[in-house]
Amino acid sequence: MFEAILINGAMLGGIYALLALGFSLIFGVAKIINLAHTAFYMLAAYAIFTSAHLLGLSAIPSIALSVVLTTLIGIGTYKLFIERVREHETTVLILTLALALVFQECMLLAFGGHFLGAPSFVSGYVELLGVRVSNQHLLTFGVVLASLFGIWVLLSKSKLGIAIRAVAQDREIANLMGINVGRMCLMTMAIAVAMAAISGAMVAPIFVLEPRMWMYPLIMILAVVVLGGLGSIKGSVAAAFILAYTETLVVFLVPVGSFIKGAVALAVMVAVLLIRPEGLFGVAFEEERL
Amino acid sequence: MEGHAWRLYKSFQGEILAIPGRAIAFFFLLSLFFVPLVTGNPYVLRIFIFANIFAIYAASWDLLSGFTGQMNLGHATFFGVAAYTAALLNLNLGLPPEATIPIGALVAVLAGLIVGIPALRLRGHYLALVTLAFPIILTGIVFAFPDFTGGELGLYGISPLSDSRVCVYYLSLVVMIASALIMWKLTDAKSTFVRTGLIFHAIREDEITARASGINTTKYKLLAFSISGFFAGVAGGLSAHFIGIAGPSNFALLFSFQPIIWTIFGGIATIYGPITGVYILFPLMESLRVVPELRMLIFALIVIFVLLFMPEGLTTRLRDKIEIECPRCKLTNIATRRYCRACNAPLRLEGRYS
Repeated sequence: MFEAILINGAMLGGIYALLALGFSLIFGVAKIINLAHTAFYMLAAYAIFTSAHLLGLSAIPSIALSVVLTTLIGIGTYKLFIERVREHETTVLILTLALALVFQECMLLAFGGHFLGAPSFVSGYVELLGVRVSNQHLLTFGVVLASLFGIWVLLSKSKLGIAIRAVAQDREIANLMGINVGRMCLMTMAIAVAMAAISGAMVAPIFVLEPRMWMYPLIMILAVVVLGGLGSIKGSVAAAFILAYTETLVVFLVPVGSFIKGAVALAVMVAVLLIRPEGLFGVAFEEERL
Repeated sequence: MEGHAWRLYKSFQGEILAIPGRAIAFFFLLSLFFVPLVTGNPYVLRIFIFANIFAIYAASWDLLSGFTGQMNLGHATFFGVAAYTAALLNLNLGLPPEATIPIGALVAVLAGLIVGIPALRLRGHYLALVTLAFPIILTGIVFAFPDFTGGELGLYGISPLSDSRVCVYYLSLVVMIASALIMWKLTDAKSTFVRTGLIFHAIREDEITARASGINTTKYKLLAFSISGFFAGVAGGLSAHFIGIAGPSNFALLFSFQPIIWTIFGGIATIYGPITGVYILFPLMESLRVVPELRMLIFALIVIFVLLFMPEGLTTRLRDKIEIECPRCKLTNIATRRYCRACNAPLRLEGRYS
């Protein structure tokens, strides 16, 4: 039981962290609250279902196909819709929500509302701490960790990453330094969507697919981002694991756990924020102008 | 000749008929009174009753988030709390709707204060994302105590407002108009007898400056949360008694986003904007039931295209077309006039600058 909680929580935490990082990246750089973020995760999962189950492609081509396709859709949505209203904050909120609904309805029309499952990329299982862990879960966890590490290297070491962080810190100054802010926003959107797509592709064989599968992770990553402190990568990762473990504990230990897991995790978030309003790792600007 | 009636008529003419936006609103509300005379179709009446209830709900979101800028993504909290309170009081204690709806609204005020407490410490996006958590926490409570709250099925068998649907219609309409007028007055920045409108605007524009000007922003933010909670609670109670069910769908994520969609569509920070949004989008959504599988898709696409081409909202765009403010005395005039109706100043610059 304890080991099962440990392993399931770690996997869920990794997925939340990857999703939340993308979300907080696009928020930090372009000041966009992208409620369609997890819709891209859903799209990628459906793309895996199509390529692996319906077209019968093997694991690597189907993952590549789904990530590339989803990222292209993400870039298209950004260019066509989000960029035009970027200045109006609430409008962006509603627009991205409406976009998520459009994606949901398209998937509903294409695949129907019933639960679907994509085939595993790898079969078999290993014994880990006395718990049977399927190789698929291990693969998912490994890819998620590798992506998290990759994004950290990209942001801290590469020229692109430095430019992205510069825009996040101060738009005007970054612009004066010759950074093309509009292009950086687009690049960030592409990276963020690609991260969502990777997590969607990796969970497709584990979770059930349905057109509404974007809603619950959306709420959770919003909670993760706020709990960790907006814009803090370290905070997002820490908060992702805190909330994922809370959720897993509730599911395993409370009788009606799966109904109230979200509620308990969010209550934890509210409680932490009452003590530390800027989140775990957020920087407190006492009288910051928003 | 100079009796009370005449003076009332003159002020009515000056305050309502001379301002095109208000005249349209007045005649629209007047025409709503004739709906049951035109059609006795219970389905149409049902749609209009829902529109009345949701108009209160949407306007209450606008009062809180549009005016004070305290972005509330969990507005369903207030609606749902009031609906459940009304349902529980009605089913367990047998209280009539006249009692349960006000009590439900007061409980929603309490919920508003509880949600408002984080608002005292959190700003901007943090607050928005935290408010989102409350309806989900409440859904968890509903599921955790199924004996008390009915669990997934919700509470049903709540006594109806009235046996006659026409009667329910007029009741919801009168409550809607009264609530809308109160909210509109409370948020009117030019009002001379309540300061809340001006203060709410000030808090949204710059909270620090507002505080520096001696406004206790904490108090007014909590006030906005309570007022908003109250009216959303009235809507929730009415809805529970109208459909006879209070279920967990009252706390659904999309139900929290509905008032935001209506408000942004109609025009934020106006009170009449969200109401317009409801009366356009809600019947539209219902009429799309002829194509059930495309309904949500068409709705979302309409929202997207309206936002792309009118990001400031429908009524704000229309108002700027039909009304013009006098540059000298700040009085609102119909856009067809060339000179202000009160001070006779030219409304537009003539010649090459126009």
